[in-house]
Amino acid sequence: MRQQHDVAQLGMWVFLATEVLFFGGLILSYCVYRSAYPAAFAEAARHTKIIIGAANTAVLLTSSFLVAWAVAIVKLRQSRFAAVLLWGAGVLGVIFLVLKGIEYGMEYDEHLLPGLDFFYPGEQARAVGLFFSFYIVATGLHAIHVAVGIVVLGVIGARARQRAYSDAYHSPVTVAGLYWHFVDMVWIFLFALIYLPGRSG
Amino acid sequence: MTRDRYPPRAIVVSWAALMALLTLTVLGAYLPLGAGNTVLAMIIAAIKAALVAAIFMELRERNPLTLAFACAGFFWLGIMLWLAFSDYATRPNFPPAMHWGQ
Amino acid sequence: MSAPRNYLTEDNRLRSWFFTTDHKRVAVLYFASITLFFFIGGAAATLIRLELINPQGHLVTSDVYNRLFTLHGVIMVWFFLIPSIPNTIGNFIVPLMIGARDLAFPRLNLASWYLFMAGGLTTLYAMFAGGVDTGWTFYTPFSTMYSNGYVVLAVTGVFIAGFSSILTGLNFIVTIHRLRVPGLTWYRLPLFLWSLYATSVILVLATPVLAMTLLLVALDRAFGIGIFDPARGGDPLLFQHLFWFYSHPAVYIMILPGMGVVSELIAVYSRKEVFGYKFVAWSAIAIAGVGFFVWGHHMFVSGQSPFAGLVFSFMSFIVAVPSAIKVFNWTATMHKGWIRYDAPMLYALGFIGLFTMGGLTGLFLACLAYDVYVTDTYFVVAHFHYIMVGGMVTAYFGGLHYWWPKITGRLYPEYWARAAAILIFFGFNMTFFPQFILGIEGMPRRYHVYPPEFQVWHVLSSAGASILAVAYALPLFYLGWSLFFGARAGANPWQATGLEWQTTSPPPKHNFEGTPIVKRKPYDFTVKGKARAQNA
Repeated sequence: MRQQHDVAQLGMWVFLATEVLFFGGLILSYCVYRSAYPAAFAEAARHTKIIIGAANTAVLLTSSFLVAWAVAIVKLRQSRFAAVLLWGAGVLGVIFLVLKGIEYGMEYDEHLLPGLDFFYPGEQARAVGLFFSFYIVATGLHAIHVAVGIVVLGVIGARARQRAYSDAYHSPVTVAGLYWHFVDMVWIFLFALIYLPGRSG
Repeated sequence: MTRDRYPPRAIVVSWAALMALLTLTVLGAYLPLGAGNTVLAMIIAAIKAALVAAIFMELRERNPLTLAFACAGFFWLGIMLWLAFSDYATRPNFPPAMHWGQ
Repeated sequence: MSAPRNYLTEDNRLRSWFFTTDHKRVAVLYFASITLFFFIGGAAATLIRLELINPQGHLVTSDVYNRLFTLHGVIMVWFFLIPSIPNTIGNFIVPLMIGARDLAFPRLNLASWYLFMAGGLTTLYAMFAGGVDTGWTFYTPFSTMYSNGYVVLAVTGVFIAGFSSILTGLNFIVTIHRLRVPGLTWYRLPLFLWSLYATSVILVLATPVLAMTLLLVALDRAFGIGIFDPARGGDPLLFQHLFWFYSHPAVYIMILPGMGVVSELIAVYSRKEVFGYKFVAWSAIAIAGVGFFVWGHHMFVSGQSPFAGLVFSFMSFIVAVPSAIKVFNWTATMHKGWIRYDAPMLYALGFIGLFTMGGLTGLFLACLAYDVYVTDTYFVVAHFHYIMVGGMVTAYFGGLHYWWPKITGRLYPEYWARAAAILIFFGFNMTFFPQFILGIEGMPRRYHVYPPEFQVWHVLSSAGASILAVAYALPLFYLGWSLFFGARAGANPWQATGLEWQTTSPPPKHNFEGTPIVKRKPYDFTVKGKARAQNA
């Protein structure tokens, strides 16, 4: 069983490496265009909703805390309590998505989403459009990953409630946890790239 | 034993640190540091990511192979950024839009 | 005489095949799929070569021609070459070579085949519903803004198939790290596994970037987000950087497994251990690593900065070194060996010659100044066909014949196989050598109308292609024949040393009776004519 646990978590780390490179293509695009249009990117970033963004970051960080807690205690045969924590993390994930949806709604009304009735006055429009293209693709893909994670946490939580996991067998919890923490990690970087530029202008 | 249900200390401390760093990074964004704002934001993000990786993802307890796998993605991303910028940082007519229609 | 119970006879219901988690059955599923794709891509090639016989291009219109070479490239690259050796021979042999019962994640293996088929069928639909005219490289802004075709559907198909690549690479990496039997240290691994490991690293790290690139193309085309559109501040070259960051390492996915097969074949058919084993092993890793540093050599004339061109050119020279190391070591292995010219060896020898030619012409292309002259000409077309077809496809056929007894329990007819190998070699050279000349003379690629002075070379090339077509069809017939009428194979018909030969042909579902324990280095042929198996 220990070898299976080792194999499973190695496999998940390999998968997470692929995810780094998947988002990495977007990061390259962002870096290229930010270096080309620094003023426009700063201006565009000021239009993002930092309160919602910061709140969402806190939500995800806390959900990761709950998942890490669950992973730790499932090894101590607290499978049923771990289920509560995992579902709690899932609920926080849902809150994240709800806040994100509200945010998208606001941005749609402000005509900031490219391809969806985008309009921006002034000469910086093209670069602002590029910023928000990056914004919607990156956060949209991230949100899809969060949604998948919520389902995974729900399923693993349900099995934990049935006492499926113990000190001898808990690799699905570990592996699901790794995925969720990674989704959190991606958001940490996206938050810094999307919400923080241009605030001191 | 309900004490088995308590969160491990390291995890609680990490969460508190992460929230503190979040506060720091948001406040720091409003300081007039010029290019330093980006540097500060990236450093804080890296520290947060490292905390998540080391404590939440338990990397500090894993073998060197796992650590190598964990770093591989970031290292390769670094290669992509570095070599792509060998073009973008040295291209004379970039961005192209600036010269469009002139 | 009927065969003993093995993985093929285990369960004959259809569902036992389509829900199998047995790596050997998944390998057979892949064999069937990629053979189908090979002949579809080959049909497109046939039409292309027929078209090019005539300088005025009477067979098809320019638009249809564009769709033909796009179909050929997309199908051959993503649905034949990339999965070829890893997903067929690799899936079958990797667990056997390390003494394991299966790969680390058998269900992911099956999932990878379904993803491959879903992607393949989606792409085929796009190709036949009307096609794509962008070339397999999907360059922007043509693909995102001006192309009249099923671009979004085609890139979606490739995107889905990419997950198949990622899961395969993930499976191999974890398997090779963790599932080796006792005694099988890294330096006792057959070189095929070192090559597949290196391939898997590329599969895992490069393919996600392709996924993102294709996703952005689809979004740009569908929603006009403008990321590659100069009118909206975008840079078309960003697409090329992202695309080639994957696609250059992808060509190493399309050669490293072939190199791994050749290492095995040269050792067995020279009855000598591979000269410079560690050099050959680490050169595979070096190719995979350095291969990520050279992608800009596809962009020398695209508008990237000359400085970047310099860096990429320099790195492209460096990446040739580990390949050369392999060629020298294979040759040294053969020196004073006891050589048998069975069909797999003929393929291995063909590989060494043709890969060397293709690789050397790659150095021509790595020269910035020379590349300006021959870029986007038939010189490039010849170069990559020498490596991908003369190299990889040849190695695939070599491996297919070598492991055929293990996979099917039957021996193929040797004289037919040798004849086909020789015919392939001649047909291949007749098809593609004239293309080097065409390129230097100035014939651009992707054109079907050309000046009459080029016709003689095109006719030669098309004639060669007709021979090649027959030569590639031959194995289909005699291998198919052997499935029903071929002599039954023993466990180790070649007297080779790897663990896969220490079980029956075909193997039982669980691969081995008991767990093998490895005591020797690989390729231990110390007694002439006799093999010392790794677990003896």
